[in-house]
Amino acid sequence: MRNDVLTESPIVRWTLLALAVGFLALFLVLPLLAVFAEALRRGPETFLKAFADPDTQAAIRLTLLVAAIAVPLNLVFGISAAWAVAKFEFPGKSLLVTLIDLPFSVSPVVSGLVYVLLFGAKGLLGPVMDDWDFKIIFAVPGIVLATIFVTFPFIARELIPLMQEQGTAEEEAALTLGASGFRTFLTVTLPNVRWALLYGVLLCNARAMGEFGAVSVVSGHIRGLTNTMPLQVEILYNEYDFVGAFAVATLLAGLALVTLGAKSLLEWRYGDGLARAHRH
Amino acid sequence: MSVAALRGWTSIPKPSALPGFGITFGFAVTYLSLIVLIPLTVLVARAADLGLDGIWRVATTPRVLAALEVSFFISAAAALVNALFGTITAWVLVRYEFPGKRLLDAAVDLPFALPTAVAGIALAALYATNGWIGELFAPWGVKIAFTPWGILIALIFIGLPFVVRTVQPVLQDLDREVEEASATLGASRAQTVFRVVLPALLPALLTGVALAFARAVGEYGSVIFIAGNMPFVSEIAPLLIVTKLEEFDYAGAAAISTVMLAISFLALLAINGLQAFSRRRLGHA
Repeated sequence: MRNDVLTESPIVRWTLLALAVGFLALFLVLPLLAVFAEALRRGPETFLKAFADPDTQAAIRLTLLVAAIAVPLNLVFGISAAWAVAKFEFPGKSLLVTLIDLPFSVSPVVSGLVYVLLFGAKGLLGPVMDDWDFKIIFAVPGIVLATIFVTFPFIARELIPLMQEQGTAEEEAALTLGASGFRTFLTVTLPNVRWALLYGVLLCNARAMGEFGAVSVVSGHIRGLTNTMPLQVEILYNEYDFVGAFAVATLLAGLALVTLGAKSLLEWRYGDGLARAHRH
Repeated sequence: MSVAALRGWTSIPKPSALPGFGITFGFAVTYLSLIVLIPLTVLVARAADLGLDGIWRVATTPRVLAALEVSFFISAAAALVNALFGTITAWVLVRYEFPGKRLLDAAVDLPFALPTAVAGIALAALYATNGWIGELFAPWGVKIAFTPWGILIALIFIGLPFVVRTVQPVLQDLDREVEEASATLGASRAQTVFRVVLPALLPALLTGVALAFARAVGEYGSVIFIAGNMPFVSEIAPLLIVTKLEEFDYAGAAAISTVMLAISFLALLAINGLQAFSRRRLGHA
């Protein structure tokens, strides 16, 4: 039994396992169950009726719209940044990579605040916006900007380490064989990073649809116009319409579960196609 | 630094056969500047308008000071709780085999995926005096939701994945032969764990704690629903920024934000230094 010295006694093992499972059940599983339990508290009919509210429907549409703008823009940025950083050597590269991660260390509230200071009524460009009669703060463009800010690093940080690992040999071969630069990217680089790309898009989208703090600062909470789903959850909750709030929350919780499932599947099935940190 | 200056500065990349450096680099830097760098600079400039003593005056008003204290102390407490349970969770996930392990592993990322507002109302419902957990404590006269304890619960939830996900890969890559050597030399299992394995995990653990702490200090969505938001008791700094903004006190909001950014930056710097120190002393990454 030489393995005895390399593991703990059964009592210790069971205690640690019980602690970990208990902790995760208490802090992760229970809140998730609570969302669905509260939403269904008055029965399935009341639950479904919550979605008939036109303001809730408008919030769902706005959330989809914002994600549909923010995610593709960050996708184009992520691919550009990864191509420049991973395939070329230039001074200031590590600074660039650090700056890309910056939005992760900024409070969501501050992420919204910066745009209010820039475009708000008393902001730096506020008078200009007034002259042009173009509203950014308390309107959809501000919500989109704040969402782009908080989801900024997701796709780039999945692609950069993986493309760095992969090097440039395959692309050079394609170029030597006469492919154009764009064709090389489409037929050589893109297939090599497709799972990491999908992984980054999934995380980016989940955060884009679920962002609360940054969006709350710039939105102005105008019903039916500038409320995203998380903001609608807040409004309904503060009006004591708990079933309504938790009904909208089930959609967001469902999105989180789908994201987690897809993420685990990618790590498990296509781990080789992801950055090293996600391989199990 | 302007985009043009950055471009000029980096106009001579090392020769490469691949095309597209100019356009991808140019786009990435322009987009980064427009979305992140310029807005953040405006924030700091707005705070700088007040001057250092102006920022100091805003930051040391009793209400702001109380909010900063609540934010930093409870975030530190939550990070410590996560240090303990996060390490246990990572240990169990790496070292033990049990049914449902893959599910448990996937569940750890839930706080990353679940929108903070959803987490906020769910935790508030659970820990209110008529909630599933709150009603267990109510007979003892203990209130959790709408007190600082509620903030602690929300911040533990938010920070949980950071410690697990930084410790887990390091533990996975740890060389088992070191533990064999330690056992061969006569150490008990406890001695091996506490004097050989845990010191090797320390740098990763500190990083995870720092990340959880930094995230908790800025957290807003999950906290405001469960905190009660009483000034001087359970009001967090990010909420105070929102309050200042609603009063159109832009300079005040910018000042508190800058102080928060500076303090979290210093905390991260200190922990990075600590990490470098422990790496040097222990001689491994």
